[in-house]
Amino acid sequence: MVDRRRPGAALDPAALARALGDGWEPESLDVPSDSPEIPPQPLTADAVWAALHEVPDPEVPVVSVVELGIVRDVRIDGDALTVVITPTYSGCPAMREIERDVLAALRACGWASARVVTTYSPAWTTDWMSDATREKLRAYGIAPPGAGRAAAGETLVTLRRRGTAPERVPCPFCGSHDTALRSAFGSTACKALHFCNACRQPFEEFKPI
Amino acid sequence: MSERVSETEPTTPVGTNGVGTAPVAAAPAQATAGIVSDPLVEYLIRHGDDRLVLGHRLSEWCGHAPILEEDIALGNIALDLLGQATSLLGLAAEQEGKGRDADALAFFREAVEFRNVQLVELPRGDFAVTLVRQFLFDAYDVLVTEALSRSAHAPLAGVMAKAHKEARYHVRHSGEWVVRLGDGTDESHRRAQRALDDLWRFTSEPFLMDDVDRAMLAAGIGADLDALRPRWEASVREVMTEAGLQIPGGAFVARGGRTGRHTEHLGHMLAEMQIVARSHPGATW
Repeated sequence: MVDRRRPGAALDPAALARALGDGWEPESLDVPSDSPEIPPQPLTADAVWAALHEVPDPEVPVVSVVELGIVRDVRIDGDALTVVITPTYSGCPAMREIERDVLAALRACGWASARVVTTYSPAWTTDWMSDATREKLRAYGIAPPGAGRAAAGETLVTLRRRGTAPERVPCPFCGSHDTALRSAFGSTACKALHFCNACRQPFEEFKPI
Repeated sequence: MSERVSETEPTTPVGTNGVGTAPVAAAPAQATAGIVSDPLVEYLIRHGDDRLVLGHRLSEWCGHAPILEEDIALGNIALDLLGQATSLLGLAAEQEGKGRDADALAFFREAVEFRNVQLVELPRGDFAVTLVRQFLFDAYDVLVTEALSRSAHAPLAGVMAKAHKEARYHVRHSGEWVVRLGDGTDESHRRAQRALDDLWRFTSEPFLMDDVDRAMLAAGIGADLDALRPRWEASVREVMTEAGLQIPGGAFVARGGRTGRHTEHLGHMLAEMQIVARSHPGATW
């Protein structure tokens, strides 16, 4: 596989982890930080964030786990590095993979003893995505989450009355607003499925939450 | 929080953690099965079990739903519920401090040790039963997760704040389906009405408050279910009216799940859900 994370890493720990398979634990990846192949970089918050910026989301690889807001915090206490991540959805099956990828990226920088912890609070929201991240999603063919929509709506069950116009998500391919929601639940937990009546293309929306 | 001790049941020592560990009156003797004495552990397990069992019931549709989009949707919702269950049972195991984890609680407890309401353990039935049941639960879930997102127990509040966002999508989805089925064809209306008739007697149980609920409420940890019920009824009534479905009468209230008394269906479900873990203990893949 292509290691997109860091040139010069002698061994891709994520690939190693997959090869080892059963019973693999993050700790088993630990090698002494004075390993000759991987001279450790100076441990600074900026350097850690820069490394994490190179870790793509496994399901939406056009954006990084930092851009998606999955990485919440970087804590450095002496030599100890802790990265705090949060799941997009409670059952997101990619969380384990993300944890491995993050550890692998940090390992590649020589920070072998880094830990990843998961937090649920504050709950992840698409409101954390920047405009630049939204544009990356759109260019990739995924309609970005509408700004501010996540917080909208106070009624318990919002049923569409007959005759009222449903919410239209603009097509990421042709920009038309003549689209229809096919299903609020798409190929991954974070996406909904739409269809564009103008260019006759199905497309996914990163749904606001 | 003041200590409350049952007058009839011996209380066992409380857990090692500092939060909400006062002993409360134990559940009826035939149902306790010697499991939990810490009301916080009990409370976390109840809400975790609701999600574990309903998530499993939904997952039974995987590959069988009437249309592909719905197959994916039910799988997505199941995933959310199972993720929430993993978090809640993990918190319970941590609070319990007996070396168990979420998997141990899910796969190595018997039916009498499960604390879910009976509504969620009923067989998935036809598509109407699944969606009507889902809506009845989702309408409750969106309220209880909102209330518990303000819990004084920060880890519970965090999990529930997240679950609440997901529940909003769930209730919209199942609510729209209830309208579509109830206001659809004669056949879909007939099936949806039959589902509602069969399920209605199971809808009170989630709101019944016992000593555990009251202890948790008093500690600022739990939800005031009495306060949620009128809101649930209002939203359910609105959707059923829109769907042209008649809410049945009848005073019988099914109850017992919170203290381990279940329908026979749970045992059958667990046999299937747990067999791999029990046949190959410790296996990983």
